[in-house]
Amino acid sequence: MQLTGAEILVRCLQEEKVEYVFGYPGGAVLHIYDALFKQDTIKHVLVRHEQAAVHAADAFSRSSNRVGVCLVTSGPGVTNAVTGIATAHMDSIPLVVITGQVPTAAIGLDAFQECDTVGITRPCVKHNFLVRDVKDLAETIKKAFYLANTGRPGPVLVDIPKDVSAQLCEFHYPKTVSIRSYNPVVKGHSGQIKKAVQLLLEAKRPMIYSGGGTILSDADQQLIKLTRKLGFPITQTLMGLGAYPAPDRQNLGMLGMHGTFEANMAMQNCDVLLAVGARFDDRVIGNPEHFAQNARKIIHIDIDPSSISKRVRVDVPIVGSVPNVLEDMIKQLEADTTKPDAKALASWWKQIDEWRGKDSLKYTQSKDLIMPQYVVEKLYEVTGGDAFVTSDVGQHQMFAAQFYKFDKPRRWINSGGLGTMGVGLPYAMGVRFANPKATVACVTGEASIQMCIQELSTCKQYNLPIKIVNLNNRYLGMVRQWQEMFHGDRHSESYLDSLPDFVKLAEAYGHVGMRIDRPADVEPALREAFTKHKNDLVFMDFITDQTANVYPMIAAGKGLSEMILAEVEDL
Amino acid sequence: MRHIISILLENEAGALSRVSGLFSARGYNIESLTVAPTEDPSMSRMTIVTSGSDEVVEQITKQLNKLVDVVKVADLSEASHIERELMLVKVRATGKDREEMKRISDIFRGRIIDVTDSAYVIELTGNSAKLDAFIEAIDKVLILETVRTGVSGIGRGDRILKI
Ligand SMILES: Cc1ncc(C[n+]2csc(CCOP(=O)(O)OP(=O)(O)O)c2C)c(N)n1
Repeated sequence: MQLTGAEILVRCLQEEKVEYVFGYPGGAVLHIYDALFKQDTIKHVLVRHEQAAVHAADAFSRSSNRVGVCLVTSGPGVTNAVTGIATAHMDSIPLVVITGQVPTAAIGLDAFQECDTVGITRPCVKHNFLVRDVKDLAETIKKAFYLANTGRPGPVLVDIPKDVSAQLCEFHYPKTVSIRSYNPVVKGHSGQIKKAVQLLLEAKRPMIYSGGGTILSDADQQLIKLTRKLGFPITQTLMGLGAYPAPDRQNLGMLGMHGTFEANMAMQNCDVLLAVGARFDDRVIGNPEHFAQNARKIIHIDIDPSSISKRVRVDVPIVGSVPNVLEDMIKQLEADTTKPDAKALASWWKQIDEWRGKDSLKYTQSKDLIMPQYVVEKLYEVTGGDAFVTSDVGQHQMFAAQFYKFDKPRRWINSGGLGTMGVGLPYAMGVRFANPKATVACVTGEASIQMCIQELSTCKQYNLPIKIVNLNNRYLGMVRQWQEMFHGDRHSESYLDSLPDFVKLAEAYGHVGMRIDRPADVEPALREAFTKHKNDLVFMDFITDQTANVYPMIAAGKGLSEMILAEVEDL
Repeated sequence: MRHIISILLENEAGALSRVSGLFSARGYNIESLTVAPTEDPSMSRMTIVTSGSDEVVEQITKQLNKLVDVVKVADLSEASHIERELMLVKVRATGKDREEMKRISDIFRGRIIDVTDSAYVIELTGNSAKLDAFIEAIDKVLILETVRTGVSGIGRGDRILKI
């Protein structure tokens, strides 16, 4: 039987067991929307802005390890989606983005709502396709899912001209697909793995540094097993939080620009470093020259060869999928009769505990001003550490990362690579669709939340009982902090005037709003939100200390051991 | 250091812009780029001349390999190889210059492939240094136009880039 291109697309998505498509209609995708209307296995989520459709699909994937799918129209639909696509790309999130295009005959003629989608998105996708013939459609969709979800994952875009979605063709969905130019390495080189284990066993001051790759490849169990077996200290990047349980003696917490003193010092002073699914980026190791001042052997496991020796020379590169390689390392370790050097380790731990004694995340909660850190700590307590926490970008994001102790992977959802303000609310939506019973909190700031505030309407339509924790400091807090530290405290355009009344705003969208401005009310408000209003979206507007800064901090371009700890009076 | 990168890539719409986009986005330098289909029409062969430190060139090869349309990548300059470039030069050829142009062209084993009363078109192949030397050797004011293809390269002997 012949199907239209639109029907074929829907059938492909069904074959891929797609449950949700996040999208927004328009002229070029009307055939596709019509085909969606005529079926009921795939549910469509109507967002209020295309950027949010991509963010929601992205978080759907982050929180479930399934491919996220979104659908937008040509021209402005695509350009609105670009921020979402670039965000997913920077964090290697598997997405299939379907975009409408003007009819093939109109391409290149500056048609209404035409844009060069493949050209605009090329630098921010893993791959993209323009389908010029309906006969290629099914195979292209198969390839898109395959590419998105294998190797180093990422967004793949399929641009479908309007006439292609109307043309008729037999439907055949290939069972498998192979692309001759695309063969990601899965298994690590056994010689390299041997060498790595050897190095680890000889180490006097070892360190494990794990990133987003560990989470994306679901390698948390292997990571935990290896780390415990070795008894080594471990740190995680912003993207890697949750792969190793936070409340654990071996865990030194997050490293990097706002990482703990002990994590950064151990990273700088170790003699053997095992990097797992992490990429030594600038917010993590700071200045690579400073990092290189201390001699250390580096073992680097990554699925993407181009991540290896990009910013930092490594001694033992291992290309392969993280769980695979870790498993092989564990086997190798078990077969080896040598044990880690207990004496050296003991004195290394002694040093680490000394660093830890600095208590670098310490802050003081005053009687009358709410400290943002305090709100996150209370959020952790009230949710029993069991919530999915999404975040936007700024100080609140760092406070959430520092103070919510994640002990499971895929629970901490934020934009690490691109640092996109506005992701928090749509991320919470995506999480909730992927985990329909989960407790979902969005820790945000009064500036970030306004970048996708329109999604409160989507949340109403789909009854998403998200708990918004707005750390309202009336400032672009992170910008203010940098201005204070590096620009003579000149607050150029970082004060947010004319803020809306968030309580009324939440109510206008049909939700519950709360305003909390006294420290004593923080916990009761959270409890009320998570119990009495369990099934409602609650917008909690916490009026916080305007002057709070995120510490510790490594200034951009500085090295890991050049941390600024809290202001003196705070220590 | 100068490197000659050979790439086999899918002969697909947009493949070229993926490669050139990669170079501009990551700030790699392109001295020349040539591309045309191979004996297998589904594939193109590209030669890029670039320069950079060993680290940069290592990243270039890795990043190229990461592109889905790229089938294979080799750094030809790592071992013995041959490089050739074709140049067409239109020169003014009147009076005593007519004889002189013919003479220099012969010395460089060029061929005169078009002749008018006042001009020659000289075809020259060789490595880039030879073409540069030719340009150096003739009087600049006599050059009307030059067209260079950019370098094409191939490994010597058993070095073969094929799937
Ligand atoms: C889309 C976007 N624009 C600009 C920035 C730069 N930026 C980073 S943090 C920040 C301030 C965020 O303010 P707010 O959401 O109130 O959070 P706070 O830092 O106060 O906790 C800005 C403007 C960004 N990350 N993303």
